[in-house]
Amino acid sequence: MKKTFKMQDLDCANCASKMENNIKKLPGVIDCSISFMTQRITIEAPDDIFEEVVAKASRECGKVDKECCILY
Amino acid sequence: MTKKQKNQLRRLILAGGLFVLALVLPKAQGWAWAYFVPVYLFIGYDVLLDAGRNILHGQYLDEQFLMAVATLGAWGVGEYPEAVGVMLFYQVGEFFQSYAVNKSRKSIADLMEIRPDYANVLREGSLMEVDPEEVAVGECIVIKPGERVPLDGVVTEGESLLDTLAITGEAVPRSIGVGQEIFSGCVNQTGLLTVQVTKAYGESTVARILELVENSADNKARSEAFISRFARWYTPAVVGAAVLLMVLPSLITGEWRTWVYRGLMFLMVSCPCALVISVPLSYFGGIGAAARKGILVKGSNYLEQMGKVQTVAFDKTGTLTTGELQVTGTYALPPVAPEELLRLAAAAEDFSSHPIAQALTREQRDLPPAGKVQETAGHGVTALVENKQVAVGSKKLMESLGIPCPEPQTPGTVSFVAVEGQYAGYIAIGDRIKPGAKEALEELQAVGVHKTVLLTGDRQSAGEALGRELGLTEARCELLPQQKVTALEELLQEPDRKGTVCYVGDGINDAPVLKRADVGVAMGALGADAAIEAADIVLMDDDPKKLALAVGIARFTQRIVKQNISFALVVKGLVLITSALGVTDMWMAVLADVGVAMLAVLNAMRCLRYTRNRLRLP
Repeated sequence: MKKTFKMQDLDCANCASKMENNIKKLPGVIDCSISFMTQRITIEAPDDIFEEVVAKASRECGKVDKECCILY
Repeated sequence: MTKKQKNQLRRLILAGGLFVLALVLPKAQGWAWAYFVPVYLFIGYDVLLDAGRNILHGQYLDEQFLMAVATLGAWGVGEYPEAVGVMLFYQVGEFFQSYAVNKSRKSIADLMEIRPDYANVLREGSLMEVDPEEVAVGECIVIKPGERVPLDGVVTEGESLLDTLAITGEAVPRSIGVGQEIFSGCVNQTGLLTVQVTKAYGESTVARILELVENSADNKARSEAFISRFARWYTPAVVGAAVLLMVLPSLITGEWRTWVYRGLMFLMVSCPCALVISVPLSYFGGIGAAARKGILVKGSNYLEQMGKVQTVAFDKTGTLTTGELQVTGTYALPPVAPEELLRLAAAAEDFSSHPIAQALTREQRDLPPAGKVQETAGHGVTALVENKQVAVGSKKLMESLGIPCPEPQTPGTVSFVAVEGQYAGYIAIGDRIKPGAKEALEELQAVGVHKTVLLTGDRQSAGEALGRELGLTEARCELLPQQKVTALEELLQEPDRKGTVCYVGDGINDAPVLKRADVGVAMGALGADAAIEAADIVLMDDDPKKLALAVGIARFTQRIVKQNISFALVVKGLVLITSALGVTDMWMAVLADVGVAMLAVLNAMRCLRYTRNRLRLP
């Protein structure tokens, strides 16, 4: 499944690319792309663990910038 | 400015004041640090905290960490004012950067402000204001003057002028009346309209456009990928160099203080921020500028490809021609006058529904009635007009009537006319060339597209004639739809080809060709979902002159991206060299770093303001 979510408080472009790299390394993530401009993240992961992956991705964003998270 | 930003601005001003105070106040010997520590903590506490937190999360080498190390290092070598000043500059830079980026992000988002907020739906006899998503297909909505059309539908009552600027980039309003299709996102200007909804919000034009633009970031350009790869090794490399610079010369010379100071400057320029921000921002600005003109680009990679285009292949019908047949020439044999020939032929064909008949009759008024009409499918018509026996049709019809006729001198479809059994001339019927098609091709050549190719299923003579008339460099004719893909592949494989190959079609039956080309452009996409789906770049209206504009925007964006990349690399490189040599001090290093990022952001914003005038057409 591939889905796009809005992100909250994504303030720095470098953080966005860092988040993207980190999320790509998460187990289960097939692909991930963050658009700093539109504050959107697209995650591709297997259907059965999709929600779990998104939750993990959101935590990963928080690690880079504590105020940032995925709205899902 | 957001509340967060206002608070930050206040803090910056206060910290600046305190810093100046700490600099000018007379200080007792050995107590200077006591004046600077409070200012440093006041302006830098969040950076220090973030740096600590990031280490706990295993994130080394991020911006905050590097700034913390650099400024703490400055304390260590006894440069108190530098430590505070660098932190202050860094914060000021961050502030302006976030302000500029947010502002540009907003101005791009504003361009996309075509989302309708509400719909006035007629339910149980009264008007209700609801969310467009709650309106079902088949319900009737009322659109008042000045309101945005919330959903796609068909007008059932009223007439008005529609401002389609936001959707097509076309400034001239369209008139709309009963029975016509209306598309969401346009603005109703003058009259009250009642519309029966034909599509749910999620499938409406406006929702599809927004989705397309929002997802455009998924397809990143090669330069963007390059920057993220670069950013990944740049920081560790500079930090490594900083450590070497601090340790190695010091071991030899023993001047630890000098070399540590120089190494710290490396840390200050080790963030690739200017590049990481400005490159995507440039692309997004370019995509925004295009969107404002009714050109939807599905990703920065397509913008990149469009900038390199040198070969453009065109579909014919719906792209260069309108697809409507029209009379392109009348060749009458004296004594019959051309107008008379046309009038008689039109009268005979008046009742036929054949496309050629429609082309003949379209521009004729007050036709005399025709009697004894006999239509032979595929051949033509014979009829009695003003007591004259008129035959209109193909060569086969003339042969069956025993009327000899010459070979026509014009390409394309021809209708022969005989009056009273005598050959009287012929009428050439052709596709109507789109207004602006010729200029569009001239513009494309002017912006450096060397090769323009027509791919058509038409006969060789007709295709070549159209090619000559429009000034195309090549016409590949008599192609079946599947052969168009092969023809395009031939263009892609041409050995002397330098740029990319773009294919322009209407997306109706050429989806495979659109997909195969480096860049597939669909025209006239307003209301044609298949076209939006298949293409990489979508022209909302069917003005072929948008092509050169799209190339122009793409080239300009590409140029800005290159400027930003090279500018940032050069400045950072210079700072690294001068720092290592000890020519510059910390102030310069941090100023250069922050300044580059700011300038790059401002430069990137120029993409958004691209206009047609910049094409510099002859």
